[in-house]
Amino acid sequence: MNKIDKRMLEAVADLHEIPQGAFSLRKNGESTERRSSANIIIEPKKDKPGIDITVKAGTKNESVHMPVIITEAGVNDLVYNDFYIEENADVLIVAGCGIHNSGDQSSEHDGIHRFHIGKNAHIKYVEKHYGEGDGKGDRILNPTTEIYMAENSFCEMESVQIKGVDSTKRDTFAKLEAGARLVILEKLMTHGNQIAHSDMVIELNGEDASSQIISRSVAKDDSEQVFYPRAVGNAKCKAHVQCDSIIMGNAHIRSIPEIAANHCEANIVHEAAIGRINNDQLLKLQTLGKTEEEAEEIIINCFLS
Amino acid sequence: MLELKNISFNVSDELGEKEILTDVSLTLEDGKFLVVTGPNGGGKSTLAKIIMGIQKPTGGQILWNGIDITEMSITERAKLGIGYAFQHPPRFKGLSVRGLLSLAHGEDLPEDQCCAYLTNVGLCSKDYLNREVDSSLSGGEIKRIEIATLMARDLKLAIYDEPEAGIDLWSFNMLVESFKGISKSRKESMIIISHQERIMKIADEIAVIANGVVSKKGPAEEIFPELMSQFDNTCTFR
Repeated sequence: MNKIDKRMLEAVADLHEIPQGAFSLRKNGESTERRSSANIIIEPKKDKPGIDITVKAGTKNESVHMPVIITEAGVNDLVYNDFYIEENADVLIVAGCGIHNSGDQSSEHDGIHRFHIGKNAHIKYVEKHYGEGDGKGDRILNPTTEIYMAENSFCEMESVQIKGVDSTKRDTFAKLEAGARLVILEKLMTHGNQIAHSDMVIELNGEDASSQIISRSVAKDDSEQVFYPRAVGNAKCKAHVQCDSIIMGNAHIRSIPEIAANHCEANIVHEAAIGRINNDQLLKLQTLGKTEEEAEEIIINCFLS
Repeated sequence: MLELKNISFNVSDELGEKEILTDVSLTLEDGKFLVVTGPNGGGKSTLAKIIMGIQKPTGGQILWNGIDITEMSITERAKLGIGYAFQHPPRFKGLSVRGLLSLAHGEDLPEDQCCAYLTNVGLCSKDYLNREVDSSLSGGEIKRIEIATLMARDLKLAIYDEPEAGIDLWSFNMLVESFKGISKSRKESMIIISHQERIMKIADEIAVIANGVVSKKGPAEEIFPELMSQFDNTCTFR
């Protein structure tokens, strides 16, 4: 791995070296390294680009790292990854995509992820997106995530896009059976002329299914963000959708949380707020000896932490 | 030493110009504890904000250890060792109580020290260290954390704007003891804007600000009985 590869791996997966356990690395549209463990099997798909990841029933305290890096201009990578998390398994999945584009052509990665989560299984999925490079070519990331949750399964999904992605269109779709719980935490910062759209549809179909969706974002300069999370209660269930944004410069933000109930015991709540950094917050940090710029940075970092 | 010389503060609105403070002069010797009291709307908080640099006076001069700080920014004054506890502290999403205390301290604050500062303001520290300083905290909790942020700093002048507001009786007792301790140490000068008898009693000096002017100033043992006798006879406070 060269210096750029290493930096990208650190940015998207906090990796300083190839980790122990199950691992998959995709670079410039090709699968370059792949390793299964005793309980986590990673196999290439036969009919299209991508991998199938099977976490065996009862697996405990294991993790899979599967970063994607693009270091060339003009790469257009479409990949299909299916996760089969069997009953009672407990696993951490660290994904993420970093694009280093020093050329004039766009580089794009579209990851189609499908999660099939078995009964009582427990997963945490962390996905970081990052872009860099001084070329004129855009860095584009369009992830699609489908989550199918069996009875009493649990899924916590954290997606973070902090820097350097020019355009992103995120689509997330989830179906929850009885007792399943889904927590989604989305953190996003856009700057320059970047555009970020995030659509979500969460269907709560089984009794006592629950979901919490938290979206926190900061839009700077001339960037644009659109959030459209929808929670649909089709049974006795609970869901909470919260979109919270800080707007700066000439940015534009639209936040449209939508809730729908098709059952009289569905309990669904949404909250949305867009506002600039509170002046008292800046003043307070200045009274602690920070400059206005330092105060602004602290507030944003905490908000997105 | 803090010297306020002929401080004035005017605001303009559609009804014309209004004087909030007129020709206020005060001196605070090093290590002294001054309580500023007086009726609501009299200009006390404005004066505190002017000392911190949050408001700029329309007239007059502020000297800190002989240096003119009137035109200095809030940040510059903070670096000189001046601190201010807000009457209505702001909340921060994503910032933990420990994180805020560390920011105030200037470096990562060890857990036992965080706990000591929180205990001083009547909070059970273990329950609060990792909580976010956001809307999940009650008004009284956020107020006590605000006071703890000042105690976590190494200050030469600490200004507390109505620290008692929103604080329950039990925590208030603890707070009074903490102020007593700070005052005894004589390490830092203290200005507390307060209406509380128990805080006034432990001060070195009391200044009464009403209608934008200092109507009384002197040692606490002289001013405090005078104020109390006024309350016995009338509800005016002038």
